[in-house]
This record gives sequence, structure tokens and C-alpha cells, in this order.
Amino acid sequence: MKACFINGVASISAQATFNQSCFLEDVIVHNSKTINAIHPNYKDFINPITGRRMATGVKMGIAASKLALDSAQLACPDAIITGTGMGCIEDSEKFLNSIIENDEQYLTPTSFINSTHNTVAAQIALTLDCKGYNVSYVHGSVSFESALYDAQLLLHENEASNVLVGAVDELGNQFIQDIVISEENQSQAILTPFGEGAHFFTISSSRQDGSYCELKAIQIINIATPDSIQENLKEFLNQNRLLLSDVDVIVLGCNGDEFDCYYHNLQRLLFDTIPQIHYKHLCGEFFTASAFGFWVATNILKKQYIPNSVKLNNVEKSRYKNVLLYNQFKGRQHSFTLLTSC
Amino acid sequence: MFQNRVAITGMGIVSSIGNTVEENLKSLLKSKNGISPIINFKTRHLHDIKVGEILKTNAQLATFLKLPKDHNYSRTALLGCIAAKQAVAKAKIKDISLHRTGLISSTSVGGMDMTERHFKKFHENKNSSKFISSHYASDSTEKIADQLGITQYITTISTACSSAANAIMLGTRLIKTGQLDRVIVGGTDALSKFTINGFKTLLILSDTDCAPFDADRKGLNLGEAAAYLILESDAIVDEGNKEVLAYVEGYGNANDAFHQTASSDNGEGAYLAMRKALDVANIQPEQIDYINVHGTATPNNDLSEGIAMKRIFGERVPDFSSTKAFTGHALAAAGAIEGVFSILALQNQVMFPNLNFQTSIPELKIIPITKVINKPLKYVLSNSFGFGGNCSTLIFSKGK
Repeated sequence: MKACFINGVASISAQATFNQSCFLEDVIVHNSKTINAIHPNYKDFINPITGRRMATGVKMGIAASKLALDSAQLACPDAIITGTGMGCIEDSEKFLNSIIENDEQYLTPTSFINSTHNTVAAQIALTLDCKGYNVSYVHGSVSFESALYDAQLLLHENEASNVLVGAVDELGNQFIQDIVISEENQSQAILTPFGEGAHFFTISSSRQDGSYCELKAIQIINIATPDSIQENLKEFLNQNRLLLSDVDVIVLGCNGDEFDCYYHNLQRLLFDTIPQIHYKHLCGEFFTASAFGFWVATNILKKQYIPNSVKLNNVEKSRYKNVLLYNQFKGRQHSFTLLTSC
Repeated sequence: MFQNRVAITGMGIVSSIGNTVEENLKSLLKSKNGISPIINFKTRHLHDIKVGEILKTNAQLATFLKLPKDHNYSRTALLGCIAAKQAVAKAKIKDISLHRTGLISSTSVGGMDMTERHFKKFHENKNSSKFISSHYASDSTEKIADQLGITQYITTISTACSSAANAIMLGTRLIKTGQLDRVIVGGTDALSKFTINGFKTLLILSDTDCAPFDADRKGLNLGEAAAYLILESDAIVDEGNKEVLAYVEGYGNANDAFHQTASSDNGEGAYLAMRKALDVANIQPEQIDYINVHGTATPNNDLSEGIAMKRIFGERVPDFSSTKAFTGHALAAAGAIEGVFSILALQNQVMFPNLNFQTSIPELKIIPITKVINKPLKYVLSNSFGFGGNCSTLIFSKGK
């Protein structure tokens, strides 16, 4: 596929990532079961009257998208593509509760209107008056990667020059408690807290001075075993004309549950001599947490520096060219993403 | 630039007018609608609304799929699996792993039909807690992939009522650019209290059979359905000398960027989507023989869509009809069921009626087809628009 440059990035997460000049130097250690994002002052981005009606995810999405566009000095993209695992769960819960508690009476439409999975992409389009291609992906832990893949395809088809790609998940209030309980009942449960966040990127066909890196390839795999994933990975590198030894950094979505064996195999058998990175202990686990990992990777390539807080081993390299990301959730929704310095 | 043509070699559908493609066609040709009071679950709105409901219980659907007793399939997943399996059978696919095969499904509320029954008591017993994971929008897609044996690329799209059209569009693009050889595309949505009450609060549900593009239309009937198409590359078609039901010729996606739930006065999003689809198909507006309009029968949609059509086609708007008076509006699945109807139109060289139409909308003065009409059809255009300003158009052409 044609070259895709990451020209703008933005993160709202449980770390102080919204400040573009920081890169996980001072991190917060989270010990609670759920962690909220550190929110910027939304009044800087959203009219306070409109903002009052907006759920956390929509506000995070609008602010992060604005920052990503600003960082690429882009006013309006040709397309907006988002990913979300849980969608607008705050408003979904609100509407669901009113239906159940009031036996389908005395309902107002606001929370229903804002509950659809495409709300964030729609609100960004409205804010920017962007009439171009607009799609939302909702496939669990590959929601962000699905959006990214579509963006790459759009550039390849010459259908767009600049695409805004983002991922948003908000914690919500009730459903997350059910998820926490059901996770605690697992034999080897997720050890990282559950989190939330918004990550946006501008992906462009042309490189510019401030470009972070180049997006080379994405692959989504529905089902794999801890053994077969190694073959998938080698095949993925092969398709991109790379050898295992060309990979300089591996970014892994470890969360401490029994499915970490997928990562352990790769760490031990394929990548024991290169820097290994994890990140979910910092941002928490959520369906689009891999977008935080992607944000970390883009920064490593631009800054040529790996913060201590994400290191899984003590290996360092003088130069970081190819960064490979691998994530999965409960043995499904696997993704490989390959980034290269530019 | 991309030469691969994208053929449709199979399709499957379950809707309120039939549990197979053949049954759906029969109902369409007999002008027999599937709109009635809701029976599968209790709602306070029983007497205020009519719906396009599939008259089978979840237990019957599960038995049909031979699922174990303790399964956690939502109705959305049950319907999706049945329709997708039909499509694969129709395309005569024996070993799905022989070609690079992907699955792109779509849904609006995923497993909400089960979530709303168990939400307050997920942890009372295992029979409830098993439905936590079936809530996710990805769940029905994964269950379909499991039923079909698709292990590689699968994903789910949710752009409200235009979702399935976007799934068809993405599948087409992936084959056209050589990323995949075969993609199963479509959507599934089950009726739920969540959506019924949502549309009810917006005051856009009709208390009687909906009348798309009629001056006195009162709103929509919700429906439930699932439909899937098998998209295959030229290479697979040639290699297997396969029957081609139709081709995906054009597609367009745009955002109205006007309002979260309302369409703009000038139908800008719809206009842009149709314009792009014509450009991709590389045909002129006058080459469109029939339009399966979005036509939800809400005052806002039909006026806005009609204005957009007049902007594209001028005073010579092609023959058109909305089939939503047959099936109800099946939300995320709508683009796929209407894709199936567009293909049936091309295969049988026939246009289906827009039921319940009496008077044209004064601002538009356009009249839909009101009975079954046979006519040579080469290109059929299908519109799907959704909340969030998401507008999508597909153009299908006659198969070989």
C-alpha cells in the first residue's frame, strides 16, 4: 500500500498525556480497579452549553481530535474514522435505566440520541463541518486497528490525502462494575485496572516536518493460538519484506491475565534481544487501549527514546527504526501494527 | 486504477417477510408486507406501534442452528448466523479457508435485546452473567465467524442505519484493491425495547403501516432482520466458473454534518453519497434504472432524500420505491436487506412496490412505483442513511 505518515497525535488517558511536551516521564501508579482519564479543561475545546449535554467519550473525542489536527496543522481532514469497543456506554446505561425503572414511560430522547456508536465521529464531523467519508468501527480490541486499516486503504485508493483516525472508550458507571466482577471470577484475571481514553491521529499521504513516523501495515486476526500467532507474525513481517531481526522494538498489550501467554511466547522465542514494551499498566485495559500503545510507539519513533515506565526488559538500542505492536484480548481480536521512522 | 471487479455470488436473508431469499422475493412480488403488532416480547407500546418482526422465538432460532442449551447468543447473533450461513451455501463455498476470506458485519445495538433483560441482575446467576459479553457489538460478528470458520480478518461497523451499506462498501474496496479475495458482508439487528423506546421518544414511530414518500406519512415501523452478501474477486469467479448474481459497481459515503439525528434541508449528505457512487461506477445519473430509496417514512428523511434525488437527477428522477413498508426499518441491517432486494430486482428484472403510497409530497411532486413492474434493469442504486449524518449509497449492476 501507499505510504502513510502519522503527522499529528493526541492522547487523553489516565496519565498526563494530553500535554504534548511530556512523554511518560512522571507516571501515576494506579492501584484501583477502574481508573478515569485525566481530563483536560474541555471549555478550551467545546462550548460549555453544548458540553453540558456531552458524555465523557464525546468530550474526550472532540478535544483529542482537535489536538491531533492542531499538531499536524490541519484544519479539516478528508475523512473521519473512529473505533470504539463499548461505544457511548454512559448514555446507553442512562437510557437503559430509564426504560427499566420507569417501565418505558417518561423518557426523553437525549441519552438515546447520544447512545449510538457513531456519536463521536458524528460530533467531530459536525464540529469541523466535515462532509467527507465517515465510519465507526466497533469490534472490541481491534476497533482502533480496523479504523486505521480503513484510513490506510483510503490513502492507497487516492480517496483522501488526510484522514483523522481515532479511538474512544469511556468507563461508564454500571456495566463496568459487572465486567470487573465477572473478571474477578476468572482463574487468572486481568491485573491492570480498567481504564478509558481517547486517542486521535492524523494520517496523511505526505510527510511533513513534524511527522512522527510512517504507518507500514496493519493486520487483524480473529483467532490464533499462542503457537500459531508466531507463524502469523513471521508471515506479516515477510509480507512487509522484513526479517525478525529488523524489528527494533516490540510493543505488547500485556494485562496480566492467562492470555498473556500469547505475549510471553513472542518475548521469549522471537524478541528476547530487543526492547520490549508494555503500557496497559499505565492506561488501564479497555477495548481501545491499543491506541495508547500506538501513541507510545509514534512518540518513541519521533523522540528516539523509550521512557523507563514502559520497559519490560533492559535492552536498549542506539536507533529505533521499526516498531511492531501486537495486541489481543482473551485470545481473540489479535492485531499487528508496523510503524517505521521517517 | 484498481481493476478487480467485485461480484456477488451468494446472499442470505431473514426478515419479517421471509426466512430465505426465495420467501422474501415471493412476498415482494405478492405485495405482502410483514408489519404487525409485536409478539415476541412485552412492551407498553404494544398498541401504539407496528413492527416488522420475525415470527420465530429465540428458542426456535437456536434449535435451527443446533446450539447447545447454555448458549449465550443474542437474537442479533442468531439472526446474523442464519442469514450468513444461507449466503455461504448459496455461493457454493465448500472450503472457506481456500481463499483469503474476511467478514465485515454491522449492528446498531449489538446484543442489547439480551442486555435489557439482564442488566440489573447480571450477577444473580450464570444464566444472566453469560450475557455480559454478548452485549458487545463484536459478539454477533465473532459468532458468525465461528459458525462459518473465518479465522483471519473480521470486523464490525456501526454507523447507525447506514451500517450494512458501509460493510458492503468496505468489503468491495478490500477486494478491489487486492487485500482479500472474498468478503462476507452485511448486518444484523434484532428488535429491542431500547430501540423501540428510543425512536418512540423521538416521535418518529408510526402507529400504523408506514407510508414512505407519502404526503401524510406519520413515521417509521421498526423492523428486525439480517442479511449477508458473498463478495468475490474475478479470479475466484473465473476459477470456479461461478454464477454472478450481480456486481457492486459503485459506492459513496459522506456525512451530512448537520445534526445528530435530523437530515439537512438540502439533503447534502445524501447528495454527496449518491454523487460519489455514480463517480465510482463511472456512469451518468440517467443510467440508473431503479432506486431502492432509504425512505423510512419519517417526514424529515423522505423530504431530505427526495430533495437530494432531485439535485442529482433533476426532473427525471428514475423509478424508485422504498421497501421499508414491507420489512420495517431494520436499522443496521437495512442496507444489507435492501442490497438483497436490489440484487433480486436485477436478477428478476423487476421493481418492487412502495406500499401504502397515496399522495405525493407537495414539495417534491415525485411518485414512487406502487405495484410490481417488470422492466429491463442494468443499474440499481440503493440508499442508506443514519443518525450522525452517516449517508451511504451503493450501485449494483446486472450479473452474468
